[in-house]
Amino acid sequence: MNPAWSVIFLTTLLGAGQGLFLALYAIDVGAANGLLALPGPTFYVGGATLALALLVTGLFSSFFHLGRPERAWRSAAKWRTSWLAREVIVLPAFMGAVFAYGAAHQLQAGDRICLWVGAAGTVLCIALFVCTAMIYACLKFLQEWHTTLTPLNYFLLGSASGFTLASVLAALVAPHAVNQLAIAALVLGALAYLGRLAALRRNARLRPMSSLATAIGVKHPHIEQKAQGFMGGSFNTREFFHGRTRETVRAVRWALLVLVFPVPAVMLGVSGENAFLLGAAFALQYVGLLAERWYFFAEANHPQNLYYQAIS
Amino acid sequence: MTQLALVIDLNVCVGCHACVTSCKEWNTAGTAGPLTDQNPYEKDPTGTFFNRVQTFEVGVYPDTQTVHFPKSCLHCEDPPCVPVCPTGASYKRAEDGIVLVDADKCIGCKYCAWACPYGVRELDQQEKVMTKCTLCVDRIYDASLPERDRKPACVLACPTNARLFGDIHDPASAVSSAIRDNGGYALMPEWGTHPANHYLPRRKTEFRIHPDELKRVDNPLKVDGKLPKPAPGEPALDDVTTW
Ligand code: SF4
Ligand code: SF4
Repeated sequence: MNPAWSVIFLTTLLGAGQGLFLALYAIDVGAANGLLALPGPTFYVGGATLALALLVTGLFSSFFHLGRPERAWRSAAKWRTSWLAREVIVLPAFMGAVFAYGAAHQLQAGDRICLWVGAAGTVLCIALFVCTAMIYACLKFLQEWHTTLTPLNYFLLGSASGFTLASVLAALVAPHAVNQLAIAALVLGALAYLGRLAALRRNARLRPMSSLATAIGVKHPHIEQKAQGFMGGSFNTREFFHGRTRETVRAVRWALLVLVFPVPAVMLGVSGENAFLLGAAFALQYVGLLAERWYFFAEANHPQNLYYQAIS
Repeated sequence: MTQLALVIDLNVCVGCHACVTSCKEWNTAGTAGPLTDQNPYEKDPTGTFFNRVQTFEVGVYPDTQTVHFPKSCLHCEDPPCVPVCPTGASYKRAEDGIVLVDADKCIGCKYCAWACPYGVRELDQQEKVMTKCTLCVDRIYDASLPERDRKPACVLACPTNARLFGDIHDPASAVSSAIRDNGGYALMPEWGTHPANHYLPRRKTEFRIHPDELKRVDNPLKVDGKLPKPAPGEPALDDVTTW
């Protein structure tokens, strides 16, 4: 597939926002059970505001993917069958929950209310991860995506970046929570890294189910395309192949392998409560996630490409 | 239930692209249009088409066969492109099985094109909505046309009659018997899309000559043999005068 920046930003920004919310709620639950010292409301309110900002930016970027953004309101109609429609419903619901959660803390509504609102937000947050990832994972002939690793990795990668961001926030307003958040970010990052490595390994071994023989129905081992029917490009030649050199793709793959976990892990380890270093760790990890998402799209081989192998 | 479809005979398609141009001509002006072009007369021309004819070479030189392969939406019986559409713009008509896009509802998210394994949906670059073959739904039911013209534009344009149109759920239809009798098959059956359009395979065209055709056994005068040669110097304008 040809990676679209609108979708890359949408999925990575949503992931970070969702992860940040999960981190806030985890601290909230931990503090309510006496496991950690209670951070002040600034931590939650600031966190919820930041999470909401990420979600809104992600949503904004998604509009650039649409040919007719002015009709976007129509896109919730087929929620019974379409994961995209489900995402369109769950995303605003989750944004509402994040807002309510921040507001509950701002208004000091009390532990019970905050925890309940947070629980509802967590359910919506997980649902949003599932919806976003299933948009890709449900397409069975995009074999690279059609695996449970896709939703798992969307969840883990998003959570890892969100927890890293939460540790930056904590360094600024609730220093005593930095350690726990950084450790959680490390664990989630390690799991996400393992999940992504597993997906890379799986995809490297995939055998495509379709071939030119099934594409045109001629059972011969040697078929070569001589003409695709037009000399210039078409939607089919633009949308389904990234058009980059092998070297570029390999470079992006290295970027993701280095930046998604190893570099931020080292930085999380050494930065202590230094907000600047933690912020740099998040920024580098986010760049890694952009590379990860770009590669996620680029590595998917759409069977329609079988029909567009030779111009003439 | 009716399922309208095309049956494309690869044995007689000569790759002339008449179906491509007639499709574009009809549909750019029809209810599914316009199908816009960008830079049509410049470098890198591009545009929207519902139908493309591709060419494949099967085998290794010199033992090769050229297969011309027209490709348009197959109007799958279980179309993966329809359930993924968030707006309901993509739908399959219950009454005749045609898969259509409602251009007024489409938001141009391209998800349906990703969900079609055959690459037959094209987003129009100017209209910014998804487009695809409609089986000329705006002419096959048009009672103002003579009966014989109520067929998709491509079917009418094909000079070799490589494109048949009809209801594949009606066992008595010409398309059903063509599929049955001539080994009609579906593309990429591995994805369970059950395409309604079928293709008829290349068939071996043999020219058999029996000995009795070379030497006429029923030749009453028994004069078959070598033609008499004119002697040198004799006029030999052509075969007739030498007789
Ligand atoms: S060929 Fe593609 S666009 Fe047409 S019905 Fe099948 S999946 Fe949908
Ligand atoms: S591009 Fe249009 S028809 Fe296709 S899935 Fe999106 S809204 Fe539906």
